Amino acid sequence: MSAAGAALSQDNAIEGGIILDALAASGVEYVVSVPDITTSQGLLWPLTKDGRFRLVRVCKEDEGVSICGALSFCGKRALLLMQYTGLLDSLNALRAAGCDYRLPICMMVGLLEKEPGVPPRQSKRFGVRIVEPMLETMGIPHDLFELHPDGARIRPAIDRAYAESWPTALLIGRRM
Amino acid sequence: MMRRDLCFGILARHISDEIVVPVYQAAQEWRAAKPDYALTFYAIGAMGQASSCALGLALGRPDKRVVVLDGDGSLLMNLGSLVSIANQAPANLVHFVCENGTYEANGGHPIPGRDRVSFAGFARAAGYPKTYEIAELGDFEAHIAGLLREPGPIFIDLKLEPGLPPPQDYAFIHGAAARETFRAALQRG
Repeated sequence: MSAAGAALSQDNAIEGGIILDALAASGVEYVVSVPDITTSQGLLWPLTKDGRFRLVRVCKEDEGVSICGALSFCGKRALLLMQYTGLLDSLNALRAAGCDYRLPICMMVGLLEKEPGVPPRQSKRFGVRIVEPMLETMGIPHDLFELHPDGARIRPAIDRAYAESWPTALLIGRRM
Repeated sequence: MMRRDLCFGILARHISDEIVVPVYQAAQEWRAAKPDYALTFYAIGAMGQASSCALGLALGRPDKRVVVLDGDGSLLMNLGSLVSIANQAPANLVHFVCENGTYEANGGHPIPGRDRVSFAGFARAAGYPKTYEIAELGDFEAHIAGLLREPGPIFIDLKLEPGLPPPQDYAFIHGAAARETFRAALQRG
């Protein structure tokens, strides 16, 4: 499912509060992050003040893959919040922990400079265009979140990742 | 300089309820030193990630001590994790690095900066409140019990001789059975 074709305005754009509520409803306790300008103002800064989550700031995104994977052994749900460049940099860790070991690595990925309303594959940005094909090559499900109603799909995606013990990628398609 | 197998033999006598996170060659040798220890987390996955896995386990299970047996080449791939660990400051994390100066699993080539870099210095600069270097087996034996009880995060650089690779069983280390054994042991307590 994609929101990219739907009308996009500031009025119906997805907001950080919706995402935080969905994460809390999903049972996510830990958010591991390297900041991303796409989600910085609307999501990560509010998260720093939200007592429902423990924020684990890391230096590099592949650390987050391993931390989220290890937390799953402890029965703890976690989200790795990062930019798509961090996802690309973390592919080997994701291949190992997520795909080879079948661990539920839940990733929320900001698509830096993706044009609002434009499907990622049609972006003018090469890095944005290759995100979905790369995830599909790895067999990792993904979904695009741009509009207010899209928030309803966050919890099912996370629940599915933990039920199937397999990664998932929640792509944030607009700057918040 | 110490032999890693002798160090691990001593360490094994002091480990009873801790989570142990060993990397590649250290994992093979740890398995030989303490076979069937169910709280061994072999699921490192990618090289360099042991310290980050250990941080996740330490955060998720603050009631248990987490002992990571890192490699020098491995840690060089993930130096930022030292900063991330120090920033979270898990009191239950004990971080050993097995410094033998070589990529033992990949042909014995020297690590960059061999004999020049200071791993304890890295950890100290990253913010670990306590760092140590141990080069003599007698010192290791004398101090290991206290080190395992110290509030973390602490970092111990073990100065080791380059050695012959121990028997390798990557199928076991990467296998689902090892992960499920660990998961079940962790759930039991």
